[in-house]
Amino acid sequence: MSAINIALIPLLPLASFLLLGLFGKKHFKESGGIIGTLSLLGSAGLSLWTAYNYFFVSGKVDGVYQKLEVLKIQWLEFAPGVSIDIGLLLDPISVMMLVVVTFISLMVHVYSLGYMKGEERFSIYYSFLSLFTFSMLGLVLSSNIFQIYIFWELVGVSSFLLIGYYFDKPSAVAASKKAFIVTRFADLGFLIGILILAFHAETLDFGTLIHRLTDSSSPQLHSAIAGGLFGISALTWGLLLVFIGGAGKSAMMPFHIWLPDAMEGPTPVSALIHAATMVVAGVYLVARLFPVFALSCPGALEVVMYVGAASALFAAVIACTQTDIKRVLAYSTMSQIGYMMFALGVSGYGGENGLGFTASMFHLFTHAMFKALLFLGAGAVIHYVHSNEMGDMGGLRKKMPVTHLTFLIACLAIAGVPPFSGFFSKEEILTAAFHSNKLVYGVALFTAGLTAFYMFRLYFSIFWKREYSNHGAHEEEHGGHGEAPFTMKLPLMILGVLAIVTGFVPFGEFVSSDGEALHSEFHLTMAIAPVVFGLAGIFVALMMYKSESNLPARVSSTMRGLYKGALHKFYVDEVYLFMTKKIVFNLIGRPSAWIDKNVVNGLVDAGGMFAQDGSEELSVWQSGKVQGYAIWFLVGVIALVVGFVFLAP
Amino acid sequence: MEVGLTQILLLSTALFFIGVYGFLTRRNMITMLMAVELMLNAVNINFIAFNKYLWGGKLDGVFFTIFIIAIAAAEAAVAIAIVINIYRNFGSIDAEDADSLKL
Repeated sequence: MSAINIALIPLLPLASFLLLGLFGKKHFKESGGIIGTLSLLGSAGLSLWTAYNYFFVSGKVDGVYQKLEVLKIQWLEFAPGVSIDIGLLLDPISVMMLVVVTFISLMVHVYSLGYMKGEERFSIYYSFLSLFTFSMLGLVLSSNIFQIYIFWELVGVSSFLLIGYYFDKPSAVAASKKAFIVTRFADLGFLIGILILAFHAETLDFGTLIHRLTDSSSPQLHSAIAGGLFGISALTWGLLLVFIGGAGKSAMMPFHIWLPDAMEGPTPVSALIHAATMVVAGVYLVARLFPVFALSCPGALEVVMYVGAASALFAAVIACTQTDIKRVLAYSTMSQIGYMMFALGVSGYGGENGLGFTASMFHLFTHAMFKALLFLGAGAVIHYVHSNEMGDMGGLRKKMPVTHLTFLIACLAIAGVPPFSGFFSKEEILTAAFHSNKLVYGVALFTAGLTAFYMFRLYFSIFWKREYSNHGAHEEEHGGHGEAPFTMKLPLMILGVLAIVTGFVPFGEFVSSDGEALHSEFHLTMAIAPVVFGLAGIFVALMMYKSESNLPARVSSTMRGLYKGALHKFYVDEVYLFMTKKIVFNLIGRPSAWIDKNVVNGLVDAGGMFAQDGSEELSVWQSGKVQGYAIWFLVGVIALVVGFVFLAP
Repeated sequence: MEVGLTQILLLSTALFFIGVYGFLTRRNMITMLMAVELMLNAVNINFIAFNKYLWGGKLDGVFFTIFIIAIAAAEAAVAIAIVINIYRNFGSIDAEDADSLKL
């Protein structure tokens, strides 16, 4: 594995971003999509090759997968020994993420060829996609915590650009700003966390940092535990703050509010960023620092667990009431990421204890496939119906057979029905939770049922429920392309197959907390409960939404309080608005504005006034009268003469 | 009484200050130009006088004088061109009228 090959994986999308971003509008208006897709094809091929080499050829030494730093360049040196490097790190999770990111991105690129066809800013769209892919790959490959922060922000920027792609739509503009500000706010925590960890560990490099902060005899660990604030050690503070950054990107409570709104972006973007890649960056971050969490600071890991579990349940409840299909998927994403988070939270380090870690990464892997499939399928439906609302759909199974079949596969996968991929990863997560924390296990099990319910509510509302007839006006419009162009169907079919088979990957062999293969056995007893809950959820959805009835209305009226709360997303947005508009703006914003207007501006104005008044006074001398000048000239000369002749020594 | 250096210097000084006086008091630009010429010629006389009385064998002062006369001729040409342009623009050659660069 040469460093060049691996460096090319992120650099190819960067090249296509630069090419399309700089010249796309003029020269590649039509061919931009092909260029972007080809560069991604190169990246995906290289990362598959890298993964093959790493997992099967050279990554393993004595049965343990090594952390390989294939490239290391010193970037900024502040003082001897204090420097920021740029490096490429290969270890099981980064290689796994490489494959996921490039593959999903490739699928989205291909899909967008059809979905975004005819857009005015087609090549710009592809340049943004390439930028995002580059940043995400850079994030995944980062070898030190500062580098990951740089790419973290780049990911945020490209997400901002893509959500706000339809910049003439006010709601999209608002959503992109919201996503950017909320995640930036969380990133502040991340930055402070980085500073704390790096200050105590005296390094930014992941390998060294993890080694120093987990080795109980190292002086750095002692200093990190000894220092602290409010009775919490500096190490815990650092990890919690880093986790806040991760929670912001991964839409964990209470930073989840940006994710549903981010659905204003084009649907393939949602599939790429808000389902499979960027939103799992937080999970990836915690997994990256997992040894520190697990070995040195179980308290912080417990926070991760509870936040994850709470988000999983909370989002699942909301997802049951939403009517915008993309928003349902957004909340479902949040819920599944909650799964990954608490799976990390319940995990221990090393050997059998590390089951949660493996399960979390496994779920990340399978979720990326079926959630991207769900979003792309939803995109195809939206493309056909021209609406996001469930009410405008129904009975589409005959009109869109491919979409219907693949969507069904994805729904079964996310509901955890065997033998689809979600079943295996979810079963592993639940097993890990069962052995660690019964409360979380219960929450997870209940959430699994809810997941099945809302996914099949979505499925039945789109593809069954009623005949698709109320859009006769659109029939002629669709005469041309039918269900969807081939470029849109192909990714659906590929992902559909993957959503079935990825569950059979012996994931523990490759990814585990300590690098050694984890032979997770299949526990039949553990599998029964989630499957029963999942099937129950599907059954309830079948009863309520298979055909039109007043059952949903009756159910919602019996649980009126809960239903209303969930429909309004439990008023979290309103709480945020209250906090920002009423409290932050009034107590901090307005006083600072006053100070800015009166004190700061006053000082600046005073400087200007002084210069103006002073020059007005002086301008009297500039009379414009030649003879006036001549007199002063003469007086000056006489003074000089007098000075030289009489006063000189 | 022999005409010596002192007398000539007195003459040139008188001539110079007559020029200064004329430059400061006249508003007519042509007159001011003439005053400037007076000052230049006062300097010329100084050069000649010093050359004759102090360095009799040399010609440096004479050279300078001729040089100044040539420059003065050129200067007069330029100045009169300026005056003509001012007259075209302002309709007057009074120095106080040409003040449009003032605030």
